[in-house]
Amino acid sequence: MRTEWRGFKGNKWQTEVNLRDFIQNNYTGYTGDEHFLAQPTRATEILWQKLRALQKEERAKGGVLDMETEVVSGLTAYGPGYIDHETKDLERVVGLQTDKPLKRAFMPYGGIKMAEQACTTYGYQPSEQLHDIFTRYVKTHNDGVFDAYTSEMKRVRHNHILTGLPDTYGRGRIVGDYRRVALYGVDYLIAEKKRDLENLGDREMIDEVIRLREEVSMQIRALQGLKEMASIYGFDISQPANDAREAVQWLYFGYLGAVKTQNGAAMSVGRISTFLDIYFERDFKEGKLTEEEAQELIDHLVMKFRMVKFARIPSYNQLFSGDPVWATLEVAGMGQDGRSMVTKNDFRFLHTLENMGPSPEPNLTVLYCSRLPEAFRHYAAKISVTTSSIQYENDDVMRPIWGDDYSICCCVSATQTGKEMQFFGARANLAKALLYAINGGVDGRTREQVGPAYRPITADVLTYDEFMPRFDAMLEWLAGTYVKTLNLIHYMHDKYFYEAAEMALIDTHVRRTFATGIAGFSHVVDSISAIKYAKVHIVRDETGFAKDYKTEGDFPRYGNDDERADAIAVWLLKAFMNKIRKYHTYRNSEPTTSILTITSNVVYGKYTGNMPDGRRAETPLAPGANPSYGAEQNGLLASLNSVAKLPYEYALDGISNTQTISPGALGNDDEQRSRTLVGVMDGYFDQGAHHLNVNVFGVEKLKDAMEHPEKEAYQSFTIRVSGYAVKFIDLTREQQLDVIARQAHGRL
Amino acid sequence: MNNNNTQHPAATHDAQQNTARVHSIETFGSVDGPGIRFVIFLQGCPMRCQFCHNPDTWPIESTNETTADELLDKAERFRAYWAGTGGITVSGGEALLQLDFLIELFEHAHDRGINTCLDTSAQPFTRNGSWFRKFERLMRATDTVLLDIKHIRDNEHRRLTKWTNRNILDCAHYLSEIDKPVWIRHVLIPGLTDNDTYLRELSAFLKTLHNIERIEILPYHTLGTYKYEQLRIKYPLAGVMPPSQARIDNANRIMRSVPLREK
Repeated sequence: MRTEWRGFKGNKWQTEVNLRDFIQNNYTGYTGDEHFLAQPTRATEILWQKLRALQKEERAKGGVLDMETEVVSGLTAYGPGYIDHETKDLERVVGLQTDKPLKRAFMPYGGIKMAEQACTTYGYQPSEQLHDIFTRYVKTHNDGVFDAYTSEMKRVRHNHILTGLPDTYGRGRIVGDYRRVALYGVDYLIAEKKRDLENLGDREMIDEVIRLREEVSMQIRALQGLKEMASIYGFDISQPANDAREAVQWLYFGYLGAVKTQNGAAMSVGRISTFLDIYFERDFKEGKLTEEEAQELIDHLVMKFRMVKFARIPSYNQLFSGDPVWATLEVAGMGQDGRSMVTKNDFRFLHTLENMGPSPEPNLTVLYCSRLPEAFRHYAAKISVTTSSIQYENDDVMRPIWGDDYSICCCVSATQTGKEMQFFGARANLAKALLYAINGGVDGRTREQVGPAYRPITADVLTYDEFMPRFDAMLEWLAGTYVKTLNLIHYMHDKYFYEAAEMALIDTHVRRTFATGIAGFSHVVDSISAIKYAKVHIVRDETGFAKDYKTEGDFPRYGNDDERADAIAVWLLKAFMNKIRKYHTYRNSEPTTSILTITSNVVYGKYTGNMPDGRRAETPLAPGANPSYGAEQNGLLASLNSVAKLPYEYALDGISNTQTISPGALGNDDEQRSRTLVGVMDGYFDQGAHHLNVNVFGVEKLKDAMEHPEKEAYQSFTIRVSGYAVKFIDLTREQQLDVIARQAHGRL
Repeated sequence: MNNNNTQHPAATHDAQQNTARVHSIETFGSVDGPGIRFVIFLQGCPMRCQFCHNPDTWPIESTNETTADELLDKAERFRAYWAGTGGITVSGGEALLQLDFLIELFEHAHDRGINTCLDTSAQPFTRNGSWFRKFERLMRATDTVLLDIKHIRDNEHRRLTKWTNRNILDCAHYLSEIDKPVWIRHVLIPGLTDNDTYLRELSAFLKTLHNIERIEILPYHTLGTYKYEQLRIKYPLAGVMPPSQARIDNANRIMRSVPLREK
């Protein structure tokens, strides 16, 4: 056995790349409580102070501290960078995206226009030479997409029935298995890829094989680049990590390679906590590490994740407000053998929110189930109550499908670490599809014929029997157009903006998922319920166009555990997913869908007219799978029960639910609040629900933070929004108002 | 045969069920008894507490007539959240105004293994006649009582609620006699109850009881005033502000001298 692997058990992982086998054979479960945790070290405090000052300066400068204009980002584009050169010896984990902290790199491969617009937006002058190169000689992803788009695709995009498509930015959502760098060292990974390359195409030389050969060659070059990148910081990562500090550093270099070469909408870290704990435990046994040093390593690693930045354009920021990068990182979960995978490291990662205060990044995700050790569930709930910075996903519904070594690759969607990649597909606005069904495919804002010119509804009252076949036909069209558009986008992304550094850390023969998404979910459900259970009169303008609805009588709404409305919700999800499944998906990927909007619910709402459920034109849609504002009449648990009915098997990309609970509604003190929250989550997840964002604060705090963002108390005030966490003061005012409008669950 | 089968003569589980006038349902109550609770607010209250934040529950008329089993079916949808400690709580209004219904609800709840909790001001309480016999029966199906004591002095109580407090304090004694677990609740209102003399009198009274599990000082708040505007009722405590944290701490300190019963 190699000396770097001393003390490790198991065989399979020693003969092939197999992280799951390594973890299952070597981790030490922990069932105790949080009392072993250590305070931040002096080095952590010094570095964190410096970083906080930089973050403050960044905000004061309008959101960007510094930007590159002359150098194209790449693995070895820069010399070493530190939080501060004077204190670089304090940094236990090193490596920055550029040469300076929080400086944003120039990444033109997604689209030169967007890269330049990002510069000019913040007052930076993009390089003329680079402009020349990327317009005359180098083709970008964005160029490729627009060369191939059909006129129909441009129409659906322009009319915002499909929005947020990854045609102007990196698609992201690919999680390299960064742990491989630590366990095997890069040389071994290169040798494996070379062997794969040799075996590719010795029988058949068809498109798919040729493309894969080209990709694997790019991956090998990326791995060589990764070694070079590490050597700039004085490290040789060709061999496996020898101890905890090296394991953390090696793994981080793997991740750094990804964020130096890609600006994906989600650049997730993955499931690293239990893996790293194995190295920590070995160092403890060898007497080489104290708890203070262990916590310091995790604090410094997390500090680096808090520093990841990308240059974005205003239209992107509108969709995904508050500068998120989705450096999603998982803790907890159970193994297939029924053992809890909670280790001390899972506590340490959550503890960073106490040592360095609340923060939106990394996007800390607890893979939850009611069988996790009680002390851990209680500690996680306590961190939620005090920081509102973490999210929960149901390990019990994901494990049967993705196994016990999956990561979360964005906000909520699972991916098997090192085995899978995902084609991210933004979302289709089903609320608009409903309006198209009534108006024969004509858009209410532009009055363009966007969808097929099916017969519009001409009656004065919407009847269920007349409406449903039309809606079904319109969904059919939308699903088809949607899949075709995504096929085209991902073809071009593979061709012009391939993620070599990430894919190098994933198996060559990768499984691919194809992630579609739904926006406007609750409004469609409630509108159909209104049509079915009440009387919906159509209000027409002078041209006869249905522009508003007057609804007479009461109707059940999604979010009250009322089977009448909830059955419509289940139907809608299944119907859409089944339609998506009918179409060929690029590279034979497996189609999935999500009910997740991120903060784009505000932008989507802006382009969506009045609806039969009473929602007014241009107002935000409810986020994700949340019930509509004001629909929940029976309290939090009734709302949770409704969401829990949505079958995860039909939305494998995730069902996002964001709830805000006022502290008083959870209990009289933090101890009782944590206990109550554990009860809420046990009950919710035991019913098969998928996801929960938990916020604990009152509306008063939000209002005050909106009016007085300068207050010290609000500098790191973090809230969960659909799919990620964000500093509240970094949201646009529109989005702040949207968050405030969603009434917190509280009581008089 | 089921040995635990306790047949209640009046509680025939079929057709002829009492119906209740329900004001509203809150599926998520965390401060309304042990654990997470499904809270049923019944309509109707004889009290006219000046500080009431739910004046919309005063009138007994209501459009929502529901049977005990309908309510329990609904409640059971939330059993997953109760984790052995939670259950249902009936609040109001004044729940004891619908005593027959309550008996049926709680007895059926116990049949289904659901923990029951009664939130009451005990204003209808009397040790006389058939009412008391019914109350005794209700208590056999009640796991915890949340007892609101509005004011410890009778004259002040009359001023505040228009009713005497003698039978209410007697109810507290009765609950102690039958050893029923009780949580005492007391609203702290500047100028009305927030007075060291009154608070000490209250704690002295509570020391005579042996069944108190918890004492909750509830700071007066003004969040319900909008309802008065909606109902076009004059708000009697206009201008009264919530108590300061120091006064809340003071009240809690005084109550700390009352020995609590171990759960």
